[in-house]
Amino acid sequence: MTEFGLRLAISLTQIAAVMGIVVITVLILTLAERKVLGWMQDRMGPMEVGPYGILQPVADAIKLFFKEDIIPAGANKFLFTTAPILCLIPSFIGFAVIPWGPNQTFEVGGITVRPFVISDINIGILYILAFASLGAYGIILGGWSSNSKYSLLGGLRSAAQIISYELNVGLSIVGVLILGGSLSLVTITDAQAGGFWHWYLFALPAPQIFAFVIYVISAVAETNRVPFDLPEAESELVAGFFTEYSGLRFAFFFLAEYANMVLVSCVAAALFLGGWNAPYPGTIMAFIGAPSLAWIENTMWFAVKTYSLLFLFFWLRATLPRLRYDQLMRFGWKVLLPIALGNIVVTAIAVFIYQQMK
Amino acid sequence: MSQLFFGYFAGMIAITSILVVALRNPVYSALSLLVMFFHVAGLFITLHAEFLAAVQIIVYAGAILVLYLFVVMILNVTQDDRYHSQWLIAGVVCIPLFIESILLLSGGAGALNTGSPSLQSEPHEAITANNTLAIGKTLFSTYLFPFEVASLVLLVAMIGAIVIAKRDIGEHDA
Repeated sequence: MTEFGLRLAISLTQIAAVMGIVVITVLILTLAERKVLGWMQDRMGPMEVGPYGILQPVADAIKLFFKEDIIPAGANKFLFTTAPILCLIPSFIGFAVIPWGPNQTFEVGGITVRPFVISDINIGILYILAFASLGAYGIILGGWSSNSKYSLLGGLRSAAQIISYELNVGLSIVGVLILGGSLSLVTITDAQAGGFWHWYLFALPAPQIFAFVIYVISAVAETNRVPFDLPEAESELVAGFFTEYSGLRFAFFFLAEYANMVLVSCVAAALFLGGWNAPYPGTIMAFIGAPSLAWIENTMWFAVKTYSLLFLFFWLRATLPRLRYDQLMRFGWKVLLPIALGNIVVTAIAVFIYQQMK
Repeated sequence: MSQLFFGYFAGMIAITSILVVALRNPVYSALSLLVMFFHVAGLFITLHAEFLAAVQIIVYAGAILVLYLFVVMILNVTQDDRYHSQWLIAGVVCIPLFIESILLLSGGAGALNTGSPSLQSEPHEAITANNTLAIGKTLFSTYLFPFEVASLVLLVAMIGAIVIAKRDIGEHDA
């Protein structure tokens, strides 16, 4: 039982570390978003709290903690309370299979520990898709249980949108799975080592550039971000599905949205951009004779890729106007879906010919 | 340990599937169906079928049930008009089923014991190593014909659904 205890302790430590990093990233994102948007619109962004406004996320968190928690009259109390939790759990649970750094192992008391991934299960990417699809429940139940027409409309819109674009996310990933020959994110990332021309975005025989574009667009739509933020379109639906929410419950929805953004960015980095692999063969640390420190460089590359994708989210928000609902559906089903299907066919044929030639 | 897990999953599946038909609020019914899908997926994981577990959640919980919930919320079904007097049909269906299960449980005890070795045999080596690969290979070699037939049936159903849904629009245009 001591071995089991040790395993449990190690896993809990890893989970705590990952949760901590994600929550800190979300805090940074809330500030970064307002700052980036400010700069793009020739404003300063938040400046009041702390030097250059860097303590703004802390102030926001404290404000949300102390707000009055209101449950509207006629709301379904049980579901109104459950919905934010149902929304939050799926967005955090996916981080369990993300590889943050090199596939190293070390021994602690006879147990092999993999420090940079909580669990390398052989259906990694399916696990993420499965739980990502459950986020829709939190949103529609939150919308329905609020007993408000704005919330209900927001929730229904979001359900339709998430189902439509989830399909494109799944199909755009298939090309990478054909190239990688595995569903495990660790195996897929390992296969992309040795320079940026080995990343699946550019890799022969079938560069996944179209798939990457489809993935990014669908990921923006799935996380309900501008220009696909119809579920919370403030000009027509007040605030969409969380119109009636306040205080900590609202904070849960907010946290879930940003954690989802981090998750889809991590998945995109791991699948298309080589994960923790540097864009050149090997690592600088190994070159200057400190291979034991190479993991710092690798995790930094992962962070750089993830944050670049997150910056793209802000950039889109500052640039594009919101789509109309019928445009959103037509774009998803009639433009993205055929391209994604075509990409699968082309990739499969290219990989088959490539294997025959070898 | 595995017995314990099986007991938990099986028990929860039984309870939640009864709740699906017994609860009065259709939204709660849909939710207990969601809990049931999760426990079925858990049962698949105890059988080392991780791929099936993931597909179970993606297809049933992630897509189909969301659509059910969608319909339930749009229709906003009140509790009164759900129960039509269908006791006669229910009785006709349930009594034979009940008798069958009694016969199976009483007479089939011996048969179950002889059948158990094949059910509880050690999982195949290839399946435990990478069951996605194993499923893919089996599906596209041994069971290729049934697989293609199933996909054809689904395609026909899909086209049928589109034709039925678009019928009104076609008449207006004509």
